[in-house]
Amino acid sequence: MALLEFTDKGIYCEAADVYIDPWRPVGRALITHGHADHSRWGHQHYLCTTTAAPVIRHRLGNIKLSTTPFGETTSINGVKFSFHPAGHIIGSAQIRVEHKGEVWVASGDYKVRPDGISEPFEPVPCHSFITESTFGLPVYKWKPQSEVFEDINAWWRANREAGKTSVLTAYALGKAQRLLNGIDPGIGPIFTHGAIENTNAVIRKQGFALPPTIRISQQQKSQDYAGALVIAPPAATGSNWMRRFKSASVGIASGWMALRGTRRRRAADRGFVLSDHADWDELNEAIDATGAEQVVATHGYASIFARWLREEKGLNAWDAQTEYEGESLEQDKADDQEGTNETTV
Amino acid sequence: MRAFAALYTRLDQTTKTNAKVAYLAEYFAQTSDEDRLWTVAILSHRRPRRTVNTTLLREWAAELSGIPLWLFEESYHVVGDLSEAIALALPQPTQSSEAGLSHWVEYIKSLGAEEEAVKKARVQSAWLQMEHTERLVFNKLITGGFRIGVSQKLMVRALAQYTGIAENNLAHRLMGQWTPDSTTFEALVLTEDPLEDVSKPYPFYLAYALEEAPESLGPPKAWLAERKWDGIRGQLIVRKGEVFVWSRGEELVTDKFPEYAPLAGLLPDGTVLDGEILPFKDGVPLTFNELQTRIGRKNVTQSILAKAPVILMAYDLLEWQGEDIRARPFAERRQLLERLLSDTHTQGIVQPSPLVPFTEWQALHSEREHARQHHSEGLMLKRKAAPYLSGRKKGDWWKWKAAPLTIDAVMIYAQRGHGRRANLYTDFTFAVWDGNTLVPFTKAYSGLTDKEFGEITAWVRRNTKERFGPVRSVEPRHVFEIAFEGIRKSARHKSGVALRFPRMLRWRKDKPVREANTLEDLHQLLAAYEGNG
Ligand SMILES: [Zn+2]
Ligand SMILES: [Zn+2]
Repeated sequence: MALLEFTDKGIYCEAADVYIDPWRPVGRALITHGHADHSRWGHQHYLCTTTAAPVIRHRLGNIKLSTTPFGETTSINGVKFSFHPAGHIIGSAQIRVEHKGEVWVASGDYKVRPDGISEPFEPVPCHSFITESTFGLPVYKWKPQSEVFEDINAWWRANREAGKTSVLTAYALGKAQRLLNGIDPGIGPIFTHGAIENTNAVIRKQGFALPPTIRISQQQKSQDYAGALVIAPPAATGSNWMRRFKSASVGIASGWMALRGTRRRRAADRGFVLSDHADWDELNEAIDATGAEQVVATHGYASIFARWLREEKGLNAWDAQTEYEGESLEQDKADDQEGTNETTV
Repeated sequence: MRAFAALYTRLDQTTKTNAKVAYLAEYFAQTSDEDRLWTVAILSHRRPRRTVNTTLLREWAAELSGIPLWLFEESYHVVGDLSEAIALALPQPTQSSEAGLSHWVEYIKSLGAEEEAVKKARVQSAWLQMEHTERLVFNKLITGGFRIGVSQKLMVRALAQYTGIAENNLAHRLMGQWTPDSTTFEALVLTEDPLEDVSKPYPFYLAYALEEAPESLGPPKAWLAERKWDGIRGQLIVRKGEVFVWSRGEELVTDKFPEYAPLAGLLPDGTVLDGEILPFKDGVPLTFNELQTRIGRKNVTQSILAKAPVILMAYDLLEWQGEDIRARPFAERRQLLERLLSDTHTQGIVQPSPLVPFTEWQALHSEREHARQHHSEGLMLKRKAAPYLSGRKKGDWWKWKAAPLTIDAVMIYAQRGHGRRANLYTDFTFAVWDGNTLVPFTKAYSGLTDKEFGEITAWVRRNTKERFGPVRSVEPRHVFEIAFEGIRKSARHKSGVALRFPRMLRWRKDKPVREANTLEDLHQLLAAYEGNG
């Protein structure tokens, strides 16, 4: 039995009898981050980082949750666990597992380049590395985020001059706060969909300063939105909710926007290539930095990426079946439901 | 090429016609005459020929990107567009270039004569001088696949805005056979009434699909009905003792159809016919497939002529005795057409498309149901009083297509979509029962909503049996109603049949797999409709 195994419930450490990001209810779950496919309902006990905890509590309600600061070791049945920044969203961690001299790292979701708001990624040396490969193809290469934010600012400014509302869709958790943190709030007012404002409130409460935002409400009039930026979850754009904006340009911020076909399919006016997942170069860089000789690929293009690692990098690599979803262009169902009730705080 | 690439991006980012025209006009105003001419040429389907084959391009791109060819191919499959996949995979440029569109087109053309090693060095060097969109455009030009969402008509409108010359005049100047090498922007576009071109066609009038029943069109006596043929729309011109044949894309296809050559001596000068180029043998139309195979060939050989000879199934007369009669009512043009064809012996090369007589709309419903028995796709309804308009105009011409054939089939393989559907499973293989085995018989990749594609994608991920490259075999659990326009025998397919335009009509969630159709059902359809679609 390897130190970490892929079972039908999740990534399992038999020596400690714990799971990492399990997708079926288990006794003890170590959670890399708060996205719905990594932190699910129904476990008896949860462990995550201090900064990931507020959002997970917000999402999952009354759960038994312990927290740990980054870098601190927790021993369970003689197995040492520690959490290290993954740079994916606030509080997101790679989980290092050490037992009898063998070291594994389960990285959850990660990106290597700093986004200005998440704790920056730290490479963790290990023997075996579990990597995501959401964008594990050489056609996915991100521009520096400063250039993307310039594009977004320019788009917003042009819309504002034309009296239009700029509606930008993004994940409620992670991408939305990264956008708020990175755009130029001097251009005009920023409105947010309820689902996003709920998450913002949690993030602000834990001490992150986001620019001022106004929750969309029934009391506002359509002229209030002229020239404003609205940040909304992806599902909102296809709904009646959009009707309140008289004249709007819709933009999508996602790594999938790198492909022209995907951009066109979403029928958005603009696609901004901005992802909280590592691009091709970052994946390779991260794997090199761990020094791991064994790599397990999950998410997305796992089998192709594993073959690349095997054949071109000489690593012992394979792909594992999981129920992680990578960067979906559809909104997580859980976040959706939160967003439908605009009066909740 | 930066300006042209920027134009490409702007055009790509809008679906609004007026915005597209404005961007194009702005670009015309700012660029050089050489680039203007090439832009006009490219947007009127006069792209340079392909000078490098795509297999080599893939190898060179993979090499320059530092990835193995198989990985490039996997990436290409996901991106769905070779030019884009190459542009995305390549490393950052090392230089930039100020050269314009015409420079790069000439560069591409000059590759044709070079040895492979030189081609490779030049192409790779070009790539390293370009940004993403410039590369994309360059690749599309080099592979001969350049397309952008601007019709020739919109291009002409933009050119009219820029030059101040009327659209009609420009459209005529741009017709006929020219290339940027044989003319200049000045001579082609800015010079009034260039060479008399006897081959000049009239713009085609295109029908709209009738979605409701024809009862919605008012009293039946105001209308004529014909069969809707499944060939290629064509305009046949006889002037000054010469024959010209244009296809709907305003492409001169005279050489592809030597059958029409004798008409020069048979039809009077000053005759222009609108009709269907139709493969036709022993008194019946052949399948569109026969015509398609024929068009694909470079040379029209004797055996092709014997196997799939064409006629012109004529349905309108646009020019008669040298006079443009398009403004006259259709009923009158139709009479003149019939008279012309009965007075002229065309050796059967031109035949009038028969009218389908009716007095009540009800009669047409049953004609439509039996369309396939007449080797047709449905009916055409034309208002007797209508002039011959240009382009797609609503109101006077309607195509009323026959309902598709359908069969309930089981999904057994799934493949990720290309391009705009790269992250969804959208390409499926379907099977029917043969006893207890499922025999694959068709693929289909359209017809579901985005939501349904999302749902089936999630299911495919969880129910994969085996993977073969990008293809996954899945548990046979879902039944889909497959619609198609025709069916024919095929030795290449295990099922023994090939379908025309298969697509998913409905996801039959209500239907157990065991109740899907059988191979025998499929062969019964074949017996009933073979060659008729
Ligand atoms: Zn995540
Ligand atoms: Zn994930």
